[in-house]
Amino acid sequence: MSEISNQLESLSYKAQQIANEASQLASSVAETSGGHSDFIIFGITVLVLACFVGYYVVWSVTPALHSPLMGVTNAISSVIIVGALLAAGPVDSNISKYFGLVAVTLAAVNIFGGFVVTNRMLSMFKKKQ
Amino acid sequence: MSTLTTAAYLVSSVLFILSLRGLSHPSTARRGNFLGILGMTIAIVTTLSNPGVLSYKEIGIAFLVGGLIGTSIAVKIQMTALPQLVAAFHSLVGLAAVFVAASAYYNPSAFNIGAVGSIPMGSLIEMSIGTAIGAVTFTGSIIAFGKLQGFVSGNPLVFKGQHFINLLLGLGIIALIVKFCIDQNQELFWLIVFASFVIGVLLIVPIGGADMPVIVSMLNSYSGWAAAGIGFTLSNNLLIITGALVGSSGAILSYIMCKGMNRSFLNVLLGGFGGEQAASAGGVKDDRQAKQGNAADAAFMMKNSKTIIIVPGYGMAVAQAQHALREMGDLLKAAGAEVRYAIHPVAGRMPGHMNVLLAEANVPYDEVLELDEINRDFSETDVAFVIGANDVTNPAAKTDKTSAIYGMPILDVENAGQVFFVKRGMASGYAGVQNELFFRDNTLMLFGDAKKVCEDIIKGLEN
Repeated sequence: MSEISNQLESLSYKAQQIANEASQLASSVAETSGGHSDFIIFGITVLVLACFVGYYVVWSVTPALHSPLMGVTNAISSVIIVGALLAAGPVDSNISKYFGLVAVTLAAVNIFGGFVVTNRMLSMFKKKQ
Repeated sequence: MSTLTTAAYLVSSVLFILSLRGLSHPSTARRGNFLGILGMTIAIVTTLSNPGVLSYKEIGIAFLVGGLIGTSIAVKIQMTALPQLVAAFHSLVGLAAVFVAASAYYNPSAFNIGAVGSIPMGSLIEMSIGTAIGAVTFTGSIIAFGKLQGFVSGNPLVFKGQHFINLLLGLGIIALIVKFCIDQNQELFWLIVFASFVIGVLLIVPIGGADMPVIVSMLNSYSGWAAAGIGFTLSNNLLIITGALVGSSGAILSYIMCKGMNRSFLNVLLGGFGGEQAASAGGVKDDRQAKQGNAADAAFMMKNSKTIIIVPGYGMAVAQAQHALREMGDLLKAAGAEVRYAIHPVAGRMPGHMNVLLAEANVPYDEVLELDEINRDFSETDVAFVIGANDVTNPAAKTDKTSAIYGMPILDVENAGQVFFVKRGMASGYAGVQNELFFRDNTLMLFGDAKKVCEDIIKGLEN
């Protein structure tokens, strides 16, 4: 009786293992076969939709604020710092990391410069008293 | 990418969209800017919490150095120098894109795109396109900066075969990208960067100073597309969305500027418009005499008018006359006149430049109107006071089919009872076209530096 239950237990353990392997295999297959090329299509979808959002949002910006608009877009285009941080992230020093650090510095100039100058511009716009 | 990271990036994308949305009205604009800062903070903190990002110390130093430089420039910059500041900032985004792409090329594992020498084709395409756009943005913006700042001559630099060379270079870059995607060769990568640097310079040198609003907007757009390109390399939606927002924003601004000049985008890009060349081409000698007045006359006449519209242009920015102008406007208002400002879409050297300068001088934004809003009112206006603008008031744009500016929407200042023209001399404007308005019966020229003339009128009003 105990032998059967032991066998059952080892069997269910094996089944579990096979299932685990299968699921791992499936995910790795998905990664190698289609992972990236899938992202291109997905990314293009996002890009196109975001262009439409941008189109409508930007047309609603009042012409009087077109200079601040350039300031803000300049600052947020420095979101490229996300890539720069990943590049500068690894501990070991190599050329790739230094490139990343330079990019972090450049993007930081833009982020601070862009937001601060926009804030300066906007703080000057006042209504008639 | 974990679900949490993806969600955080999504939040920051939405904040960026809301940030631009805030700019639809001056009353919500500062909140918009704040949302932008919040979005950026979330994006940076989220990325820093990525398990692959470990060198906090170096990153902190780089970030702090950049932040200090950026803040100190932004705090000190004069508002008249905004266009060149924005151009300079665009160049940095372009250069940062090049560095990120180079970094991805040398250490692809940090970006999860394979190993050195075996980067997947898709990533290589994205990487090289992002690099090329970034490099063009970098040098193009540097030249635009130089032209606006006066380091490089604002005149268009045109030489024979220019467009042919640009075309060859463009095709060359495409060929290099194709070869790079096959070979993954290091020299090819840097050749793409170098060729893009060169084409960035060549694209902008033939374009004249007053076309810079279009160019600065276009480079704004490019910096967005460069960010989107890197977004594809990183498989990161935040970068793609933000890049698309910035890209379409810049494109729309370029379109508005082109429309304000009734020129096609291609016409601006091909360059050679304006500057000395056009001036000599259109420079038919004019023997007519314009009526000249002085500040005291102007002060007297404006004191006795009920409605006044002020039309500022780039000349006001150059002379830093906005504060004196506002003071003059205040005195006239105190004397019982209604004073408003009319802004042409292409006045100044960047979109909205005049609005910022007037705001700086404490002119309330509800007194500053766009062309469509105010143009019909000129016929019921006693005095139009044109200061530092020229081509945008030239009636030839409506009547003379042979004129270089034919079809350009203009401010109908000629319909006002009396027109004052503050100008340094009789020279023609950027388009090299003589302004008909100078010789009209109801026009009085006030020669001199814009600021000086305003100050003289203020003295006249105070007496």
